[in-house]
Amino acid sequence: MKLTFAIQGGDFIHAGHPSSEVKKVLKQLNIDNKIIKNVVIALYEAEVNVVAHAYSGTVNVEIDENKITILVTDEGPGIPDIDLAMKPGYSTASKSVQEMGFGAGMGLPNIKKNTDEMWLETEVGKGTKVKMLNYFS
Amino acid sequence: MTEQTQYHALKVDAIKCIGCTHCMKSCPTEAIRVIKGLAVIDHESCVDCGQCHRVCPTNAFYVEQDDLAKIRGFKYRVILFPSIMIGQFPEKYSENQIYEGLMKIGFTHVYEVEQPLQLLIDSVKEYCANPVNTKPAISAYCPAIIRLIQSRYPSLTENIILRKAPYDLAAHFAIERFMLEGAQRDEIGLFYATPCIAKIASVKSPGGERESIVDGIINMNHLYNEVMKVISEDEAEDHSIQRQNLSSEGVLWSLTRGESRNFGSRSMAIDGIHNVVRFLERLENDQVKGIDFLELRACDQSCAGGILLTGNRFMNVERLERRARRYPLAKDIPFSNIKVDVEKLKQKLIIDSIHPKPVFIFGKDRIKAMEKIDRAQRIVCFLPGIDCGACGAPNCHALADDMVNNKAKMSDCIFLQQMWEDEGRITPNKAFLNVQKKWGTNRFKADCNKKGRRNEGF
Repeated sequence: MKLTFAIQGGDFIHAGHPSSEVKKVLKQLNIDNKIIKNVVIALYEAEVNVVAHAYSGTVNVEIDENKITILVTDEGPGIPDIDLAMKPGYSTASKSVQEMGFGAGMGLPNIKKNTDEMWLETEVGKGTKVKMLNYFS
Repeated sequence: MTEQTQYHALKVDAIKCIGCTHCMKSCPTEAIRVIKGLAVIDHESCVDCGQCHRVCPTNAFYVEQDDLAKIRGFKYRVILFPSIMIGQFPEKYSENQIYEGLMKIGFTHVYEVEQPLQLLIDSVKEYCANPVNTKPAISAYCPAIIRLIQSRYPSLTENIILRKAPYDLAAHFAIERFMLEGAQRDEIGLFYATPCIAKIASVKSPGGERESIVDGIINMNHLYNEVMKVISEDEAEDHSIQRQNLSSEGVLWSLTRGESRNFGSRSMAIDGIHNVVRFLERLENDQVKGIDFLELRACDQSCAGGILLTGNRFMNVERLERRARRYPLAKDIPFSNIKVDVEKLKQKLIIDSIHPKPVFIFGKDRIKAMEKIDRAQRIVCFLPGIDCGACGAPNCHALADDMVNNKAKMSDCIFLQQMWEDEGRITPNKAFLNVQKKWGTNRFKADCNKKGRRNEGF
């Protein structure tokens, strides 16, 4: 089954909607609570990344019997140095974003920690694609 | 995990219910549907919060309770009640007059449950200090919240503090005290006056949750009525010996922040079931950081806003807050007042375990559930999205879910019906009969005596 959501850059108020909806579905599918938690945390981080850095984005979720694959695509500045971005604590978030309690530099590291597989594709000046995969068992 | 039907205290009176959808719309777990013009509660989803009872304009929800006459069979007839009971009486009646009123209607002993509270405070503090226990620790005080967590937020079940509520504390305390005086257990009749429907359900649930320690449960507003019939304006005897273990914290315990002010370095108190639902959603998403203690209560203003309480909740709060100032702090009440074996009593406060009881509305088969969710999502596209409730479901999503579960039909949606009529796919007569079948013939009658008539808005 598939789910699609749109994310608006800069809209911190509504960040978290896709992850809540995905959680609702996973709960109804009798998925282990710990796995649901991992998926929700990873997706929420990815959402906040789009909200904090990009102009707009989409979340495409695909769920089958054994796994959930989430593709978050954004139109934004892209990531100049992926290795640096993956480093815990490294952040390029603006001061105003950090004042709102975001941008602690844990986004990508947290996604990696909470997924079974993760791919990152980015083009500076164009945008970023994050693909996350979690198995149900 | 064994599947057991839970006991539910709420029932719908088919004569009073007019199927007005108020309850269905306010139910936090979408447990109500209107079927053939009557509200029907789905017992698997219901958490006994009593929201439906609160919003019903025709008082069609009623609560089963034990007969007060049941107390006659016991030598020691004990009425246990949370301190909130005192708050609902008119200002002019003193605590002693109220106690005397309770004794006039047949009780021999009056016990406010929040005593000896220091034992419970210590026990909860001990629990929270143990690093093994999941943070934030959630109080097990409100039975509707426990059920909500078990069914809707099963992953948070492990956060619930495995310590009982004052109700159990006082019940065990009373038993120990009377046994000490030489009473036999079967001579002691314990009756609990409850402000809350969920408490009735949790006391009466078969197996799993707990063995009922009380012999009967009485609605607080019923008890209020009985006392008001016999209460005297005269100076009453001094009954303060019966509340010698009652503390300032005890008087405030059932109010909002009553617990949270005692625990944790960062604690929160949330009241109102819809507020709690929104908060638990965040907590489950791991968006709440650094909080160590959570007090969650289903009713607005906590027990002062209990369904079975008389009077205005804010006035109840005010009276109790003033009352609390006259009582000592729990830690200043000497343990020697307790007289019974403190360690034994403390043991009784421990809950062995609380299990998750998730509700799977599409069944447990993952592939089938996925197909159903997929279909429901497609159905939603055809529904108007205004959540009017005319189909008998609380919103369009719930109707779509009901449809894929074969509990509703496409023609239940009046918008779709209108469209089909326009397209000539069904006759106007058939469409009318569909709606009539759903809501009964009475909904179409001109009747100046029906609820919601002129000058009698809901």
